[in-house]
This record gives sequence, structure tokens and C-alpha cells, in this order.
Amino acid sequence: MTLLALALAAVLAIACVVYVARPFLREPAPAEDRLDEPGELERRRLALAEERDRALAALKELEFDHRTGAVSDEDYRTLVGPLRREAAEALRALEPRAVGGPGRVHARR
Amino acid sequence: MPELGRAALIVALGLALYALLVGAYAAWSGRRRLAASAQNAILAAFAATFVASLVLSAALLRDDFSFTYVQEHTSTDLSSAYKLSAFWGGQEGSLLLWLLILTGYSTAAVAFGRRVGRDLLAWVVPVLGGVCVFFAFMVVAVASPFATQPAPVEGAGMTASLQNPYMLAHPPLLYLGYVGLAIPWAFAMGALLSRRTDERWIVATRRWTLAAWTFLGVGQLLGAHWAYEEIGWGGYFAWDPVENAALMPWLAATAFLHSVMIQEKRGMLKVWNMILVVGAFLLSLFGTFLTRSGVVNSIHSFTQSSIGPWFLLFIGIATAFSLVLVFSRLPLLRSQTRLESLISREATFLYNNLLLVALCLTILWGVLFPLVSEAVRGEAVNVGGPYYNFFLRSFGLPLLLLMGIGPLIAWRRASLRALGRTFLVPLGVALAAGLVLLVLGAGSSIPGLVAYTFSAFVLASIAFEFVRGTRARRALGASSWPAAFSSLISRNRRRYGGYIVHAAIVLLAIGVAGSSAYETVREGKLRPGQELRAADYTLRLQGIEQRETANAVQVRAVLDVERGGSELGSLRAGKNHYRVGDEVSNEVGIRSDLLTGEDLFVTTDRIDGDDSVYVKVFVKPLVNFIWLAGLVFILGSLVTLWPDAREQRRLLLRYEPQAAPTEA
Repeated sequence: MTLLALALAAVLAIACVVYVARPFLREPAPAEDRLDEPGELERRRLALAEERDRALAALKELEFDHRTGAVSDEDYRTLVGPLRREAAEALRALEPRAVGGPGRVHARR
Repeated sequence: MPELGRAALIVALGLALYALLVGAYAAWSGRRRLAASAQNAILAAFAATFVASLVLSAALLRDDFSFTYVQEHTSTDLSSAYKLSAFWGGQEGSLLLWLLILTGYSTAAVAFGRRVGRDLLAWVVPVLGGVCVFFAFMVVAVASPFATQPAPVEGAGMTASLQNPYMLAHPPLLYLGYVGLAIPWAFAMGALLSRRTDERWIVATRRWTLAAWTFLGVGQLLGAHWAYEEIGWGGYFAWDPVENAALMPWLAATAFLHSVMIQEKRGMLKVWNMILVVGAFLLSLFGTFLTRSGVVNSIHSFTQSSIGPWFLLFIGIATAFSLVLVFSRLPLLRSQTRLESLISREATFLYNNLLLVALCLTILWGVLFPLVSEAVRGEAVNVGGPYYNFFLRSFGLPLLLLMGIGPLIAWRRASLRALGRTFLVPLGVALAAGLVLLVLGAGSSIPGLVAYTFSAFVLASIAFEFVRGTRARRALGASSWPAAFSSLISRNRRRYGGYIVHAAIVLLAIGVAGSSAYETVREGKLRPGQELRAADYTLRLQGIEQRETANAVQVRAVLDVERGGSELGSLRAGKNHYRVGDEVSNEVGIRSDLLTGEDLFVTTDRIDGDDSVYVKVFVKPLVNFIWLAGLVFILGSLVTLWPDAREQRRLLLRYEPQAAPTEA
């Protein structure tokens, strides 16, 4: 029993080692071995995308709450303007720069 | 095969160490293959732990008493289910279960977390690896479930109170909750280490947190039902340190689940969310420490052991690591926006957070006080129920009220005039309910009356939200009312699933208030033919029964029950005398009225040789609402957890590398 147990333990250990080494076995000499860390531009795009999603979700929820009556007409009018502006600014900032067009600054932080 | 179990755990420890050290180096140096290799080490550690768990399970089922653990926690007369439940019935096995669940969760987190960014995941892996190293070290070097001995003929048996079907599910569910909180903590730490404090760690862990919180909640409710049926003192929650230990991380996670919504919707409370996620994980470690170290006396703490210092050391390291990281990254956690109004949805969430954290801290102080007083004065001063009940009422009732107020207020700001209109219906329902209850005599307990009035307010506001939402969906083109209702929920599962969970908490409050504030208790010694009255019930002792089972002698007092002139049948309450271990357990008699939610609960203190019995009878109004709350809680959590295809598409669009934004 002990021998069988040790043999099974050895098989387990070898299988684990092979599995851990698998990324190196599959790609012994890759052209690129860097983690795809986002650059400054990609980080800004993500921040803007989060802001866009946040504003759009808030706008959608506000519209629905207004429709249900949870938000009054008066509160709706107060809230909808700034939210639309936020969404529009985030969407504009996420647009790829038009070829030949003027570069715009959308650094809002 | 204890050798295989031991070897598998050593392999798991080695793999966890690899994930910690090599994973940290890979993340720091940005090496892709090395990071992938560390991720694979986590997966392999799960496989190795699974093998060790299989070995222990097989030994338990085969009564292999050459395993010291098997001999100490089981006996041959136990059913297979109870033998298997001994896996988590003792310290070594429960630590192995911790490791199994942790490596399993980590494996799933690595598999599902890849889409949120490899750079973040690269830092999450060593953090998870660090936690795995601690638990693997514990089961390898400090509390091994694979210690062996010359096999005796019979085992020591299982603690009598553990021989209950709830023990098959309650501890694993609690562990799924405790351990699950390691995942959001690891992602939060990974986000700080990688300096990626955007919302990705929240997106990646939202469902993990919710699942862990659900498991912890359901596990506690099952534990309460176990205590109610098995311990036989007439209650379900006694503010026992180990019960508190499970409640505290649940409260911290509840606060986190609410405050994280403010971060998602308004970009606020980033530091607060980090602190809550750290707090929830540390409290889950503290809960395991309390249960397993034997530092407190508790009916749930089945061990006296020397693992305490190791746990304290690890909790200290995890605390220092988390706090240093949070404070060193404070500049990255600055909020983008401010609270616009004190009358807004986010403000009510904030009040809710403050109350939840205050409740959690007062409970923590109640748990720590006996330990502190013993260390300082050499005498453990226990903190009793009145302390906890005072703070539960002080913080719990406002929390209940906030659950009704929150959904009625808009995000950002709401005018008082609009609020007046929105509050009209729920407030009217609450006042009417309060008046009716007062007329019916509920004024005998002011906290009970307040709890019911608040509950009516919350239920009315939830129902109001569902009615208004369904009407709006119907107006937007849903083909029928059921279609409109279904569309309402499926389009915003988190919001409406959350309301269902709120309804569950209200049912819980109704059950707790009813069964504690309006309970009737009677006790007395009965001989055959004698009667005892409790509320509108009459119980007559018919006689004493004795029966032998495979592992115990069961003695039962048989009581005929009558109410308002109607015979309701008979109830049996008594004791089980277990042969192995010579233990005695209370076996209560419960008659539930499912229409009113009331229980008639009978327990016996002593059964004498002359057939006389000392009985204690409890009439507990509405107590079954507590268990019903559990079912509604699961339903609400499932609705919230259910995958949302629209949200997945939106997130995919957000996190897919695309064209860069415009720049100067």
C-alpha cells in the first residue's frame, strides 16, 4: 500500500510540475514575453469608458424612474441636463481623432 | 493511504509557495509566461488538495482508524453521511476544507478573471498564493489530518450535537462564505499592487462577493435552525462568540455590497470600499480563528488547540499588508465626485454603511471584551445578550427603516416635495399597520411594534417599486403583465434582486421580533395525565417512550396537544443517550403552524425513573418567518447573481483594447 501511495504521489507531483511548466513547454522561444500592461492612453480610454458607462447607466435609470413616477418632473429636469452632458463628454472623448482634424483635449481629471 | 494524503498536501504547499514567490516576481518584472506558470500552480494546487481530500474522505467512509483524525471523530455505528461530515467536524479536517475551497475558488477566479486583464490577474495570483501557503502550511506542519497510529477497533465517535442533518450543510456553507471573501480581497490587493484602481477589480469580484455573502447568510440561517432544533434552549441565536464570528464578516460584506454601488455609479468611496473588503476578509479569518483556536468557550467551538498563535500571526501579517498597501496608494483612490445632497440614494447607502459598520464594531467589541478583560485583569468578563440586543435595536431598527427609504429616493438628489409624494403610500400603509397592531395588543413590546411598523413600510415601498416598474414596462410595450414583470427584473437584476433580498430581511425581522418580543414560556413537572398550559395550548403528558437505535437509546416524553378544544395530535421531546462517548443530546418537540408561522416548542430538562418529566414549553409567534426569509433570501440572491447578457456585452466593449481616446 505504501509503495502504491508513493507511486501515486510521484505521478501527482510530476503531473503538477509539467502543468506548471506548460507555458514554457508550449512557447519555448516566444517573440514576445511581456505582460500586456496597458499604456497611459489605454488607461485613459478605460477611465473614460467607465465614465461613459456610468453616465449612460445613470441616464437610463433616471429615465426609467421618471417614467415610473419615482422621480418627479422637477427633479428629472434638474438631473437630466448634467447627466446628458457627462455622457456626451465621455462619448466625445472616446471618439478616435478625426484624420486631419484638430486634436481635442478631454482630460477631465 | 495517509502517505498519499501527506504527499499531496506537501505538493499543494510547494505549488502555493511557487504561486506566491514566482507569481510576485512575474508580476513585478512583467513576464507573461512566468505569470501564466504561477496561475497554473494555483490550478495544480487545487488538484493536489482535491487528491488529499479524496484520501481523507475514503478513510472516513472506510472506518480506517489508523488515521488518528478518523478515530477521534467517528465510529463504526455512524451513517455514511455523518462519517463524511466528520471531514469538517474536527480541526484538521476543517482546515483542509478551507484549503480545498480556497484553491477551488482561486482556480475559478483565475479562469474567469483572465478577461479583466492579465496585468491585474498577475498580481492577484501571488496574493491568493500567500493565503494558500498559510493554510497548506497549517495542514502540513501544524494540524495534519493524515497523522497515523496503530488502528484501534473502534473510534471515539462524533459529538452528539453534530449528529444532525444540518451539520451536513451548515459548516461547508459557512466555509464557502468565509473563504469566498478571500477573492474580492485578493483582487482589491492586486488592483493596489498593480496600481490599477479602476473598476476592473470590482467588476471581476462583484459576483464572488455576492456568492460568498449568500453562502455566509444561508450558512448562518442553517446554523440557527440547527441550534433551534438541536441545542434545545428554545432559541436560534444566542450571541455566542462563534455565531458572532460569522455575523461580523457578513455585516461588513453587506456594507461593501452597498457602498460598492456608489463607487460604480458615482466613482465615490474608493478608500472606504477597500477598507470594507479588507475588513470583511480579516473578519472571516478572525471567525475561523475563533472557531478553531479554542480561545473562546462556545457550543460551536469543538476544539481546544494550539493553532491560535499561527492564526494570529497570519491575521497580523494580512492586516499590516492590507493597510500599508491601502495607505500607500491613497493618491490613486481619490474620488472623482462628491456627495451632492444628503437626500439622495447614495446618502441613504452611506447611512446604511455607517450603521452596519457600527453594528459590526459593537459586536466585535463584545467578542473581544472577555479576551481583553482576561488579559488585563485575569478574569474573563462575558458580554451577554442585553448588550447585543441593545445595539441590535439601536442600529438594526434604523437600518430596517433605511431599506424602505432608499428605493424611494433618486440618485444624486431629490426634492422634499417629490419625496412627500413618493412616501405617501408606504407611509400610509406603515401607519395603518402600526395602528392595527396596537389595537391587537402588539403595544406590549414597543421595539416589537416599531419593528413591525417599519417592516410594513419597507414591504410597502418594495411592493410599490415593483408595481410602478411593472406598469412602466407594460407602457413601454411589454405584451402582458407577466411579461412586463419579467422584463422589469431581467433588465435590472441587481436592483430588483436586491429588493427581494430586502424583503427577506424584513421577513427575518418579523420572525425575530415576533418570536422574541411576543414569546410565551411555561415550565413545570408533569406526571402521566397531568397538564400544562402555555398561551392557548394545553399539553397533557401521555407517558414516556424508550427506543434503541444503532448508536443511541432514545427516551421521549409523549405529550398530547390541544388548542381551543381541538386535539392537535401528540409531540415527542426527550433525550438521546449515545453509547459511544457516553454523550446525551436534547431532542426537542416542535409543532409548526404554517398558516400563522407560530411554533409550539417543547424541551425536557429531566426525565425521572417514576415517569415524571420536567418540561419547558415555548410558544413562538411568527418564528417560521425566519426560515421563510432564508428561501426568499436565496431567491433574491439568485436573481442578482444570474448572468446578465447585456451587462456582459457592455463590459466586453469596455475592456476590449480599442482605439485610444483623443488627446492634445
